[in-house]
Parts: sequence; structure tokens; C-alpha cells
Amino acid sequence: MADKIILEVARYSPERDAKPSFQSYEVPVYKEWVVLDALNYIKDQVDGSLTYRWSCRMGICGSCGMMVNGEPKLTCATFLSSYAHNGSKVRVEPLRYFPVVRDLVTELSDFLVKLTKVKPWLIRHDEPPLTQGEFLQTPDQLDRYKQFSMCINCTLCYAACPVVGLDPVFVGPAAIALAQRYNMDSRDQGTEERTAVLAHPEGIWGCTFVGECTRVCPKHVDPAGAIQQYKLKAALDWVKSFVMPGEHKSKDVRSEAAND
Amino acid sequence: MEASSHDVLLVGGGGAGLRAAIAAAEVNLKLSIAVVSKVYPMRSHTVSAEGGAAGVAKSDDSLDEHCYDTISGGDWLCDQDAVEAFVKEAPQELLQLERWGCPWSREPDGHIAVRAFGGMKKRRTWFAADKTGFHMLHTLFQTTLKYPPITRYDEWFVTKLLVDDGRVQGVVAIELMSGKIRAITAKAVILCTGGCGRVFPFTTNANIKNGDGMALAYRAGAPLKDMEFVQYHPTGLPFTGILITEAARAEGGYMLNKDGYRYLQDYNLGTPQPKPVLRSMELGPRDRLSQAFVKEDQKGRTIQTPYGPIVHLDLRHLGEKLINAKLPFVRELCQKYQNIDPVRELIPVRPVVHYMMGGVSTDIDGATPLAGLYAAGEVACVSINGANRLGSNSLPECLVFGARAGRAAAAYAATQQVPDGKVFAQANDERRRLETQFLFRTGGHERIATIREEMQKTVETSAGIYREHASLAKATHQLRELQRRFGDISLDDHSRTFNTELESALELGFMLDVAESIVQCALHRTESRGAHQRTDYPARDDNKFLAHSIVSRNFDGSSRVEYLPVKITRWAPGERVYGETSKEQSKSTPIRQAV
Amino acid sequence: MCAVKQPTTRTAPAYTEFHPRWYRPQVSVYWWLFQRQYLKFILRELSSVFVAAFVVITLLQLNALRNGPEAYARFQQWLQTPAAIALNVVSFCFVVFHAITWFNLAPSAMAVRLRGKPLPDFMVAAPNYAVWLVVSGAVAWLVLR
Repeated sequence: MADKIILEVARYSPERDAKPSFQSYEVPVYKEWVVLDALNYIKDQVDGSLTYRWSCRMGICGSCGMMVNGEPKLTCATFLSSYAHNGSKVRVEPLRYFPVVRDLVTELSDFLVKLTKVKPWLIRHDEPPLTQGEFLQTPDQLDRYKQFSMCINCTLCYAACPVVGLDPVFVGPAAIALAQRYNMDSRDQGTEERTAVLAHPEGIWGCTFVGECTRVCPKHVDPAGAIQQYKLKAALDWVKSFVMPGEHKSKDVRSEAAND
Repeated sequence: MEASSHDVLLVGGGGAGLRAAIAAAEVNLKLSIAVVSKVYPMRSHTVSAEGGAAGVAKSDDSLDEHCYDTISGGDWLCDQDAVEAFVKEAPQELLQLERWGCPWSREPDGHIAVRAFGGMKKRRTWFAADKTGFHMLHTLFQTTLKYPPITRYDEWFVTKLLVDDGRVQGVVAIELMSGKIRAITAKAVILCTGGCGRVFPFTTNANIKNGDGMALAYRAGAPLKDMEFVQYHPTGLPFTGILITEAARAEGGYMLNKDGYRYLQDYNLGTPQPKPVLRSMELGPRDRLSQAFVKEDQKGRTIQTPYGPIVHLDLRHLGEKLINAKLPFVRELCQKYQNIDPVRELIPVRPVVHYMMGGVSTDIDGATPLAGLYAAGEVACVSINGANRLGSNSLPECLVFGARAGRAAAAYAATQQVPDGKVFAQANDERRRLETQFLFRTGGHERIATIREEMQKTVETSAGIYREHASLAKATHQLRELQRRFGDISLDDHSRTFNTELESALELGFMLDVAESIVQCALHRTESRGAHQRTDYPARDDNKFLAHSIVSRNFDGSSRVEYLPVKITRWAPGERVYGETSKEQSKSTPIRQAV
Repeated sequence: MCAVKQPTTRTAPAYTEFHPRWYRPQVSVYWWLFQRQYLKFILRELSSVFVAAFVVITLLQLNALRNGPEAYARFQQWLQTPAAIALNVVSFCFVVFHAITWFNLAPSAMAVRLRGKPLPDFMVAAPNYAVWLVVSGAVAWLVLR
């Protein structure tokens, strides 16, 4: 294992630069150091102006996503030592396809707007009083959406998705997966409301199933799967609306819920 | 100066903050509510909680039993009226979260499942697999998105509370994205900024937990309470501070010193057996294990690493099959974040700071003695945790007292006028302070990281697992010196855009104040109780110290410590006993009959 | 309990009226060239062209058959030219690639559950491969017997 490694870090200051450039730093390599530790070392000891986000250092807060040698990664879960062979360099850049605010910090408010758009909350037509206890849900029913509920909003999937890069209005993998998380929840009654938002070219139909979102997801959420399943369901609903016109609209969701 | 105005303003967007925001919105949908957070709310540290949230749910359990477990666990320093309210409301709050979509783990019949937890005598801990805090936080965050009255100020860093006419009327905050320094006025402010684990060198706490809210309140004139009570967890990974759950020892893991010797046998914790024995050796109580580590270190029998002394947790003899079946998350954490495989390697561990029992002093509705200021969650001290918090009480605490503070602040805001122009002069002064002392200042000599590390070392040495007069008195001077050196700080970064170095400097300033309050409270409490262990005063002293430490700031910047009696309703103080005798003791405790 | 019946989606937060100058990276026209996974995706998409090519060849073959033995002989002659063989070999490779990639993606698109439990991925992909093998076998038997 090399004792030192060169970190090439993308730097961009909106007050000074027209576009990003790379700055190299030599950092020590220890077995337990991750890429984020190297950045912290630089910030504490060498250059306090290096700018990036981080918080929990245990892969759950979702702050520290960056491109490491061209791959979207959580830098708290990417060991430096795995790059420290043959004197190779590690290149750290802000997550791809996002506007860059400064250095490694990307702009996230657009993602938050998209997340809000898919109505990621439990939608009910009835609100029985709390005294009636919990909505029942069997472990099997929980299991149907559990995987899609594991998203930490780290946005690695956006940095992996070329559709996001080519078409900035695309709602994107994490947000659609979250919509599907609520659609699949046996307690939820809001699928129609969400589909009205998502069955559009900038929603589910924008996805070309590259599958990269699923590959890079650090929490194994499988957004690609969520979107394809959503497409299948939307397509079937559409066909049904031809076969049984009127049926779809007149269905009283309330009475269905009561029978649930 | 640009400004915006709201009715209720939350500082912090974690579990307590978001619950408070929803509670305030539900009081009156016409209220304007602001959540100001230095990170996007879903990054808040609530997200890291694993184990669960306690709330009486099953018929074999009772509210009184949860009260008793909490109060005895807290070494009788809990305010019992607060504990009773907490225990009563916790199940409703957890149920409300279910209604908002939280994916609680379930029984086969579809009802909520509960698990056992350390210190709880009945099964009452609700959980969402091993990511309870994550699911609670995301459920709360996603639910807030449907409330139009809630405006979020994401990545805004609050630097000061605006106080005029004896009441809090808003905050000054930096919008990190643009560097703009702005006043956000409000009729009521609720602090929900979490704890201050980063005051210590080794902690399970995230980088954002710097005691911001405690320092903001303290500087504004609201006192802090019980700051000497800091909870250690005996097995954290030394470098990352990641927690290795008690289950690793329950399955039969050994604690070894540098000679490979099961050292716990030297500390009155039983004799080593090949198989785990309840309440013995590795399964002794958390604080006793942490204390044994310190003694072992003093004997020079720990292993020195770049990250301080460590001992080893040995799981190798359990075998890959058992580790994969019973401890998969332990293996995953070790492999992914420490580059160690517990199947083949020893896990380096040491006690790590986990939770702050103390905080901003509040009443049962989250109100501080300073009008218009409220606090909830880890930043606050109501107090339900007393001298030692029980596992799985902190998540429901965020919900119960977040909701209470939200409702109380909304009611208070309805009686107040919109803050007038006087606070803007204060806000302008604050802007000038930030610019001249930090942003535009050149020629300082001290690096932030250096002062931070020295502060952490000072606090660890003096107010760590064991405390005594001499080192606490020394720390008082050292911290004063660090305060002075902090004035000579040098920043590399003078940019307005997303200046994280400025943020770190301001956080360090907060932490120095919090560190002082911890050391002062520890110095003045000349007894041992719960997490506060004085080697020079090893016994509990109910005559003098059945009382909360209240630390306030004097006009000259120094601090003073006073005492406020603990509120006792139904449970008279008893002995807190561990080890083999504990079963008989708890049976024969007379107070138990009085329940 | 919850009084909000009509959730409203807010657009951009009101406080971002001032922005610093963000750097907006441009996506290169050759974005798909520099990463193996992206290249694989583009090839998968491109494979549809060769699936279409096979269809066109089959249609031409049917057309030749309709126009009598002479035309069919001419068509068969064309099939033996190096260009036609090359086209067929390339098309065959792409169609195999097409089939394999889509079969492997099938489990992700279809969450099949049996008695409440999700089927493992290979159980969803396997029937596709099985049908493929059976049909190919049948065709081979028809052609080669």
C-alpha cells in the first residue's frame, strides 16, 4: 500500500472562475481512511477553503455523494486504499449533471422541487381518529414497498442517469421510486394523484431503462425497477380504460378502502 | 438588511424540529412557520438512530412501568411530571407517525411489533428494522412537504438569537448558498438543533452536532441544565465513532486488552465463561464497561493507535455463519466504514460519546425561562433522561416534546405582535461582527482544526468517563485560554459562496461555550450519579444534589452554576443496582410498591 | 387529526431569489462513448435496428417467394454474397445481445410474487430463456431434419 496518494479535486469558485479546474493534493493513506477523510485532512491541515458537504460518515445522511474517478460514490464509504496501487491518482468531482455551486457542492433545490412534485406522503381519503389504532399492515405488505423506502436522497442515481443530463425536466430515479414506495404501500390511496403527475414524458415515460441508477444506488433501492413497474402498471391502466371505459373514473376509492 | 418574518420559527430540521413544525401548523393553518436548518432536513442526525422508539403498546405493559424504568435508569434525576407526560404521550406520537406512513416493523397479524431493549423491563420498543431513526425522519420530512404554511430555509446557518424587550423575536442567519446574512424575525423561536457530541474527540455523533442551539440559548440568556451528564457507549469504532451494538457482546463477543486478556474480570464484573452470561463480564452495564476501559488504560494495558487508546472486541470464535446470521449489520459497518472483517480480524473499540442528557432548560411544554424561546429534542433538557438516558427513549422524546413545543409556541405566537424595527439594529451589529471578526479578517494565527482538537482533548481529559477536581479546574483555565486563542483565528476562505470554513469557525465558537458549561457543571457537582462519576466524590449525595445543575452566563462572559430541585411525584429515590444482585434488589425496593 | 385535505405542491422556494453564478456542465454529444455501461446501453438500444433488419430480410424473402422460383433463387444468391453474410452475422450477434440484455432486465421490470413472497430474479428471467431455447430448438429441428 502506498503511503501517499494524489487527490485531484475539482475546484470552482463562482466569484473567481469561469469554469472548474483541478487542484492536486498529496494526502496520506491509512487502511481505514475513506475519500472523505482525505478531504477532511486537506480542509483541516492544508486548505480551509475546500468546500464540500458531509455529516454522518456512516452512509445514512446522504450528504457526501461525489464522482470518484468518474463513478458516483458516497465518499464516506469509498476506501482510499482501493485506489492506492501503482501510484494512481484519485479524481474527485461534484456529482455529474447537477449545477455546481462551488467546488464539490451541487445545487439541490431542483431535486427537492421534483421530490415534492410526486406527493411523497401517505394520501388518505379518510382519517379515522387515532383511538382506532394503527392501520394494519402484514409483513408481506410491508415487504412490497420496503426496498423503495430505503432511499437516503443522496442523488447518486441522478448523477448516473444520462436522461437527467440530457433532459433537465425529467423527474428522475429517486423521486419516481419514492412515488412508487407510496403507491405500493397498502395504507395509501393516492396512486391516481401521483400517476396524474408522473404518466408524462418528463415522468416515467422519460426513462429509457439505462439501469445505471440501480447499479450505483448505495442502499439497493432499485429505482430502475420501480420505474419499469410503474410503467407496466400505467400501461395496463391505460389499456383497461379502453376495455372498460368509465369503470376507472367512477370507482369509489373510499369504499374500496373501507373494505380493505 | 433584507429580512423575512414568520409566526413560529424552528431552528433545526431533525425529528423534533419537523414534529414541532407540523404541530404548530395543525394548531392554525394560517400561521406562517419557518424551518431554518444548516443542512437539508433529511441529513439531520435523527437519521442515524438505529434501535427504536419506546412507547407502551402491549397489554402486558403499563405506563407506570415505563415511568419507573426511565426514572431509575436516570438515577432519580428525572423530573417525574415530565416523565409521566412523556410516557403517556409517546404511544400516541408513535401511532401518529404510523398514520403518516412510517414503515414500522409488524407482527404477522399486521399490528405494530415491539422489541426488548437495554434497561426496559418490558418489550415496548417500536422499530423499523435497524433503521428506525432514518424511517422516522424521512416520514416526518415527507409529511411536512404537504403543509403549505411550512417554509423551509435549507442550508441556512443561525448565528444569533434576536432578543429585545426580554423576549426572543427571531434569528440572524447566513444563507450558505449566497453568503447573505439576514434577519428572520418571528414571534416565537423553537430550538431543535440536537446535541453536542462533537465537543468530544470520539463520538457517534455526526459532524453537524456542535451544540449550536445550546450556545445560542446560553448566549441569549437562557440557562442550560445538567450539562455534566454525557452518555458514553462502551463499544464504538475508534476512528469513525460508529457504534457497534450491544448485540455483538450478547452473542458472545469478548473484550480483550493488549495482551489478549479478558480484562473485565479484574473489575468486579464476574468470572470469564466461554458462553455469555447475562449481567456478567461483557454483558455488564454500559457505564461500568466504559469505566473499566479507563482503568485499563491507566494501567497501560490498552493498545495505542493514532486515534487514541483502544481495546479489542473479538468475534472471531463465533464463526462466519453465526456472525452473518445474527450480526450482519456489525459486519457490514466494519467492512464498509473501517475496512475490517470481524470474521477474521479483531475489532478495535473504545468508549465513545453518544448522547447529551443535559441541554437548554425547559418546562414540560418546551418553554425556556426566556420568553418566546422554546427547545425540544436532544438540545433541550426537560428533563426525562436525568443522569443517564435509556436506549430508545430519545426518539419518542423528539416527537412528544417537539409536538408540545410546537403547540405551545403557536399559542404564544398568537398573543404577540410582529417584531418591530429595533431588532434589525441588532441584526446589523451581528452582520458586522461576522464580517469583521471572520469573513474579512486577515492575519490571524490559529487554525480552526488545532483549537478544535485541543478543546476536544481538554474536555475528554477533564469531563470524560471519570472526573475529579484538579483536572476540571485545570480545564477551566485551558478553555479560557482556548477562547482567547479563538479570537486570533485565521480563515483561508473569504468567499461569500457556501463558506463552510466560516461555518466551522462559528461552530467552534459554539462548542467552546458548550464545553465550558459542561466542565463548570461537572466541577460543581461534588457527587457521583449516573453518567457523572467523580473519583474524588464516588457516592451519590441526595441531600445536596437531588437537583438539576442550572448554568447561566454572567454579563462578563463567565458562568455561574445554581441548583433546582428535582420534581418528584410518585417515585422516591432508590438504589440503582447492577450485577448479580440486581434482580433481588429491584424486587425488594419498597418504592416499587408505592406505584 | 390531519386538517390538510388539499395538499398543494409549492414550486421553487421563495427565498432563492438571489443565486450565485452556478457552473452548469454541458453534456457532450459523445457522452455514451466514455463509459462502458453507457456504451452497453447504447448498443442495446442500437440492437433494435438489427432486430428490424432481420424483419426486413424476412419480408424481402417472402416477397421473393411470391414472385416465383427465379426471384427466390436470385434472393438466395444475394444471401450468399459476403455483404449479406456479414450483415446477417452482425445482426445475429446484436439480436442475441438484445435478447440476453432484455431477459436479464425482465426481473427488474416485473415484481412477481408467489404467496406474498417475491420470486428470486433468476426465477423471473429463467422462463424467458427456457422459451427462447425451446423455440430455437424447434426451429433448428425444422430446418436441419
